[in-house]
Amino acid sequence: MKHPVGYNANPRIRWTEWLPWVLAVIVFFALPDYLSMGARVLTYILFALSLDLILGYAGIITLGHAAFFGMGAYVTGIISVKLGVTDPFLQLLASALAAGLLGLLTGAVIMRMHGLTQLMLTLAVAAVCLEIANKATHLTGGADGLAGVVVAPVLGMFKFDLYGKTAYWWCLGLLFVCWWLVRRMIYSPFGASLNGIRENRVRMEAIGAPVTARLVIVYTVSAVMAGLAGALLTQTNQVVGLNVLGFEPSGELMVMLILGGVGRLYGAFVGPIVFLVAQDYLAKQFPEYWFFGIGLLLVAVVLFARGGILGICDGLIAKVRGRS
Amino acid sequence: MSAVLQTAKLCKSFGALTVAANIDFALEPGARHALIGPNGAGKTTFVNLLTGRLEPTSGSVMLGGEDVSALSSAERVKRGLGRTFQINTLFGNMSVLDNVALGVAERRGGAAKWWKPASAYKEVRDEALELLASLGIADDAALRVLDLPYGKQRLVEIAIALGLRPKVLLLDEPAAGVPKDESERILDALGNLPKDIAILIIEHDMELVFRFAQRITVLVQGEVLCEGTPHEIEHDPRVREVYLGEAHV
Repeated sequence: MKHPVGYNANPRIRWTEWLPWVLAVIVFFALPDYLSMGARVLTYILFALSLDLILGYAGIITLGHAAFFGMGAYVTGIISVKLGVTDPFLQLLASALAAGLLGLLTGAVIMRMHGLTQLMLTLAVAAVCLEIANKATHLTGGADGLAGVVVAPVLGMFKFDLYGKTAYWWCLGLLFVCWWLVRRMIYSPFGASLNGIRENRVRMEAIGAPVTARLVIVYTVSAVMAGLAGALLTQTNQVVGLNVLGFEPSGELMVMLILGGVGRLYGAFVGPIVFLVAQDYLAKQFPEYWFFGIGLLLVAVVLFARGGILGICDGLIAKVRGRS
Repeated sequence: MSAVLQTAKLCKSFGALTVAANIDFALEPGARHALIGPNGAGKTTFVNLLTGRLEPTSGSVMLGGEDVSALSSAERVKRGLGRTFQINTLFGNMSVLDNVALGVAERRGGAAKWWKPASAYKEVRDEALELLASLGIADDAALRVLDLPYGKQRLVEIAIALGLRPKVLLLDEPAAGVPKDESERILDALGNLPKDIAILIIEHDMELVFRFAQRITVLVQGEVLCEGTPHEIEHDPRVREVYLGEAHV
């Protein structure tokens, strides 16, 4: 299940790769009461996918990815509430551009660094964004957040309803497009060179590759996707608050991806589902201690299954095949 | 014939410590040249000055008649200066084929394309496979580099460098750390390298040097002690004193 990318990889989409999409359609019909929750899960899958692209493939370590998520969330909120831009496509476009620009500007500096310096700088960017959102109350509403976000019907036909039917398809559609683009990218020569940078940056430089430029490009692409995910969150919740920015959502995202499996493309699908469903269930059962359950899950994965949940599946499949 | 790689009065010092002193060196086209010297003679410093990892204190490096002293390593690579590393510097978790293909793609200029899958670039893959075949490791193309025996990993080092089609190739101890039974393979591979590439080999193993090199330069304490054919070097009393005396008893 771990994707062998590179110059000898077969890029054809395998039947197992259609399973998540089939499952998503089944969920729509089978669990009509959970569509809002479903839209939320899809949003976080897109967010996790954007992180997997830079962390799992290019090896960029970040604890500040929420900066782009928050940027996307706030831009959609602000242009809707303050400027009256309600078209959902325009909102996505504005959020993508803003997050992409932020990714390009900060990436141009951060991608020159390595290891801990890189990590601290990503954290700093997210912290600065959080503080700006907190202080610029006339734009963002500060700690109160921004309520009353209006999203016009998609193409003038599909209203964002109370049950989340439209939101669900809207999120699923965007996720599908992004997944398809990411998949193309990781199978391409560009994707192979990202793998090379993750494996050995020094050698990539020694074969004449413009390493920093490549990293800035992929960091910007990832920022755009995170921004889109942020826009989705605002569109489906119709409010945006400070909880989309800063360290906590960045860390939570990292936890989701590690749970699912880093650098596996579909780890970004499995992780958020497990995390958010567990959170939903645990928060109902043990409202005060639910985070303890998540922590336990993470410790178990880190100790016993470095490849995440998908890594465990790989191991089981290999065992079954070995026996038969 | 004019030299493809040349240094003039090349100096490098760290504070009061001089590690390269007035090195005048020339590598002829198609040369098989060895650089030897006792530990701490400044061989690695010299290589780093040539490739641009270190900046010289004074003096110049000329590549193909052009002064490249101020250029970065990447730019020197583009101008035809390839190298291998003393300690394996590979893409450990990637396949042998990908290790070589990455370099080939960089040289051809298609390494940043992102729309078509990498496997659609047949010309890159074929060139990489040909290179592996020329070094006798084509059968291992699909294996992960880290799963190869050390000797074969050394060959992958060389294959990556060759994929850049260098005019000059610096081999930094190509047989370092390779067990005796595997080193014969490396010697064969070195003997079969394309004749038009000028090669400078930095090596400890005297047997390898005398088999491979047509000319030898001896470096002692950052200075060129002497240069000559293997025969001249072997019988030079100064060399015997500082170097071969200890190695060739």
